[in-house]
Amino acid sequence: MLQLKNVSKTFNPGTINAKTALRGLNLTLNDGDFVTVIGGNGAGKSTMLNAIAGVFEVDSGSITIDGADITRRSEHKRAKYIGRVFQDPMMGTAPTMTIEENLALAARRGSRRTLAWGIKKSERAEFRERLESLGLGLEDRMTTRAGLLSGGQRQALTLLMASLVKPRLLLLDEHTAALDPATAERVLELSDQIVEEGRLTTLMVTHNMRDAIEHGNRLIMMNEGQIILDISGEEKRRLTVDTLLAKFSRAAGTELVTDRVLIGA
Amino acid sequence: MDFLQSLINSLPGVVGQGLIWGLMAMGVYITFRILDIADLTVDGTLGFGGAVCVLLTLNGVNVWLATLVAMLAGMLAGLVTGLFHTKCGIPAILAGILTQLALYSINLRVMGWGTTAGTQATLAISVDKYELIHSSRYVRDFSEHIMQNPIIIMLPITAIIVAVLWWYFKTEHGSALRATGANLQMARAQGINTSSATVVGLMISNGMVGLAGGLLAQYQGSSSVDMGRGAIVIGLAAVIIGEVLLRGHGKVLTGLIGCTVGAIVYYFVIQIVLRLGLGTNDLKLFTALIVALFLAIPYWKGKAAAARRRSVENKEDKTNAAA
Repeated sequence: MLQLKNVSKTFNPGTINAKTALRGLNLTLNDGDFVTVIGGNGAGKSTMLNAIAGVFEVDSGSITIDGADITRRSEHKRAKYIGRVFQDPMMGTAPTMTIEENLALAARRGSRRTLAWGIKKSERAEFRERLESLGLGLEDRMTTRAGLLSGGQRQALTLLMASLVKPRLLLLDEHTAALDPATAERVLELSDQIVEEGRLTTLMVTHNMRDAIEHGNRLIMMNEGQIILDISGEEKRRLTVDTLLAKFSRAAGTELVTDRVLIGA
Repeated sequence: MDFLQSLINSLPGVVGQGLIWGLMAMGVYITFRILDIADLTVDGTLGFGGAVCVLLTLNGVNVWLATLVAMLAGMLAGLVTGLFHTKCGIPAILAGILTQLALYSINLRVMGWGTTAGTQATLAISVDKYELIHSSRYVRDFSEHIMQNPIIIMLPITAIIVAVLWWYFKTEHGSALRATGANLQMARAQGINTSSATVVGLMISNGMVGLAGGLLAQYQGSSSVDMGRGAIVIGLAAVIIGEVLLRGHGKVLTGLIGCTVGAIVYYFVIQIVLRLGLGTNDLKLFTALIVALFLAIPYWKGKAAAARRRSVENKEDKTNAAA
């Protein structure tokens, strides 16, 4: 349903800071795929997600969702198809607006925003129900401003917002990296729950190899702007950290040694 | 005793002026607080609204209609700044400065419309000859000209505008605009066209300022090319004073009411310092310093709080080390 064909992107071309982040990237996602994405620092993981979301235009190649070419479509127009959760917990919510206002904004993703009242009464009940499913007690704080929530609460809320209108594609960009281990664990559980309930096609970038192995049905590894490993099915289920590391060295021809790749004890 | 007496005598004028500037401050509030943009167009827009309103009234247009057109003129100015910013990639603050500068020439032309010179720096309009909405002359008049008393006129106008703006910012459209100012990245991810939201915000903001300009010109009986000089700072002062007094915690309704409260308090303080011997020419210096101080206070508070946290942590570390 998502197809990246030969996608390339160079930042600051023609300058001393030129950085090629994506080099002829190809990727096809099938409906219902939950793909975890790993790779070293600067491998192009986040760049790939941002290219799909339309944060910037790619230099060449094409991006299609459900057969629709969205390569040149602006970020807010693509939002119709895409739900996103970011690494920075501050990025996913409007801090000066209340929890229910944030949810109401998300409930209108992909539809025209009119001069109708911002939150319908019937929606409140639905929001409350959805918030209850997070198990964080946020259903009793619907008129609290999002800026007063903790990082974990905000990520959970952002997850809910990303899936409130069922997206064709869910992009999780290291969405647990800024959280403490226990909170990260809880947010990952919630992610699994939401992906499963909605049968959402998902791309999840992570630095944690263990998380990449334990979640999803497919794992891709990136290096220097390309996908160098694509593991799914039975092979993915049998994957361990050790075999993954060995596969990486063979594929990339180098040792995977970077402080940003956590092996996970 | 004389001091108090003259201060009390000045109160009706303070309230009248404050109510008009409250509308202007709402324009500043919309850009500065809701959109998170410092829009300097408003210095030109206030004079533009005034010039358009007076010119039209002098040419026989109904004064209410002329005031409405002043608001539309302000919205047009906001549109220009918005397009400079979103379509031409000019930083918002510079886009505002460009429109403001252009408006200086435009305002001279508007006020000089039909004269041989073609430009004019002031345009007077007398409440004796034209049925103005209100005039500073009647600010203490609660009998014969009560329907042209600025306080009597401005209170319902303010109430209606606060209600309409509050309603708008609670709609889907207005919520999208608030989200754009609160978190651009999130707004786009939720499918909001942040460029058009920004343009709409600048238009509403400058529309308020144009309206205030039209009302202010009638209040003082003239428009002038200089009437908007430093308006942004007075607007900011009103916004900030309102926030300090009402503690709205970002609530739009409180913020809007705070603009009016803040503007009235601002003019009251000005009356006090004038009576304490400050020259009228020094007012802008005084206003600038006050606004700088109030903008600095939250920053200093934040630094002090961080320093306190550090010293507490240091102490704990030392205690832990000792134990």
